[in-house]
Amino acid sequence: MNQFISLTFEGIANGAIYAALGLSLVIIYQATRVVNFAQPALALMAVYLAYTVTQATGSYWLGFATAMASGTLLGVVTERLLVRPVQDKSPLNAIILTLGLLMVLQGLAGMIWGNLQHSFPPPMSFRDLAAVPISPEEIFALAAVGVVATVLFLLYRFTPLGLRMRAAAFHAESARLSGVRVGLMLTLGWGIASAIGALAGMLAVPPLLSPTVLDAVFVYGIAAAVLGGLDNPFGALAGGLVLGVGLSYVSGYVGSELTTLAALAILIAVLSLRPAGLFSRATVRKV
Amino acid sequence: MSDTPILQIENLSTYYGAVQALRSVSLTVQPGEICAVLGANGSGKTTLLRTISGLQPAAPGSRILVNGEDITGAPAESMVRRGLAHVPEGGGVIVDLTVEENLRLGGLWRADRRDRAQALDEVYELFPPLVERRNQPAASLSGGERQMVAIGRALMARPAVLLLDEPSLGLAPLITQQIMRLLHDLRDRTGLTVVLVEQNAASALSITDHGFVLSQGAVVARGSSAELLADDRMRHAYLGF
Repeated sequence: MNQFISLTFEGIANGAIYAALGLSLVIIYQATRVVNFAQPALALMAVYLAYTVTQATGSYWLGFATAMASGTLLGVVTERLLVRPVQDKSPLNAIILTLGLLMVLQGLAGMIWGNLQHSFPPPMSFRDLAAVPISPEEIFALAAVGVVATVLFLLYRFTPLGLRMRAAAFHAESARLSGVRVGLMLTLGWGIASAIGALAGMLAVPPLLSPTVLDAVFVYGIAAAVLGGLDNPFGALAGGLVLGVGLSYVSGYVGSELTTLAALAILIAVLSLRPAGLFSRATVRKV
Repeated sequence: MSDTPILQIENLSTYYGAVQALRSVSLTVQPGEICAVLGANGSGKTTLLRTISGLQPAAPGSRILVNGEDITGAPAESMVRRGLAHVPEGGGVIVDLTVEENLRLGGLWRADRRDRAQALDEVYELFPPLVERRNQPAASLSGGERQMVAIGRALMARPAVLLLDEPSLGLAPLITQQIMRLLHDLRDRTGLTVVLVEQNAASALSITDHGFVLSQGAVVARGSSAELLADDRMRHAYLGF
């Protein structure tokens, strides 16, 4: 029973990270119809910068702030300089471009910080309390993603800026005719998404940082987004949690070597039953 | 100053690739007028509106003036600030948003919050069926209600000129008639200028003051609505009734 509870908590905490990555993909997909394969590399750069700042100052939280700021900036720059010029072409162009960026940035990270693992411990010292089945890192991950998701929901649903961003994502022409600067909204969306990706990176990395550390997590993030339906933010959150808990059980009860396989199995099962994802809206988008 | 046209178009041409869609179109609309842009399918009516509002680039040498101000080449998102609201073909209602979100979007660019709320009340007054549907997704609306949202959203911007692209498209004749009457009343009450693109020439000319007939991207006739209606040759050749 105790194992069940601790596996559940661990799954939820991991799931929150997948959910955050999934969310960052969904925000960009909704706005620009591009699956941003560079997301883990953008997050990776942000985490490396955070690592550098934390090393220099000794403060985890300064590093955390650095990750958020640089994550946002990287997303903005990527959209403006790389994605914008191919926006009107086939969506495949932008996807290939993000794939290329992924490789370039991972290589760059290796060149700057080396391919060896660096120790980048979590902010809380690990207290192994047998009575409490949830660790401080898990609480932190869950709280951070919870806060971000809530703030994002409030922003999108209840503020004029959020309305503009949704309008720009759903129907660019109508948004423009209503005076919305669509390009600015898309850039902003990339910035926000990329900041969330950086957050996921900060939560996923500890304790060891290396250029490929986020690859596996990113696969789960994509799986979460696809599970939930690529155009549904709530779906990505739910998909992430479902996946996290499911994989945690598989790893705990069956064997940790099977988690990747299990992720794939869940993905195939869901997609064959509901091709558009678990929570995708049934309406067909008319443009 | 009083005779400055609210909308003046000089020598307007535009191309889709190598195909010329508008050929040196010139027309003038006075404040408070309702004018019809008529013509068959593919005659350039929609292109004309899209070029005026900056969605389609105008060829060099074209000039578009709103209230004397040259807006040629200005981006589409700046048009509401210049007093121009465009209801595109099909309405452009965003089905993923609620009715009220669609409407509020139209007024967002204006700084005056209180007047935005006032404008929303006025739109609901104009289109009572929208009130009880305000929190429903626009996807659930009927065609007529959608057109109300489309026009309502444009009016939220408090425009001087309303560009309206085929509001009758896909609507029952009775609903089309209601919309035409409403535009007419609105003009009489607020002095709104309306440029109405219609395929349904008879219903358009019933409320407009004057009209332009486009054929293959060029203006082939212009005159008061009564004159256009009286011209048999014109009716047979271009208006189809």
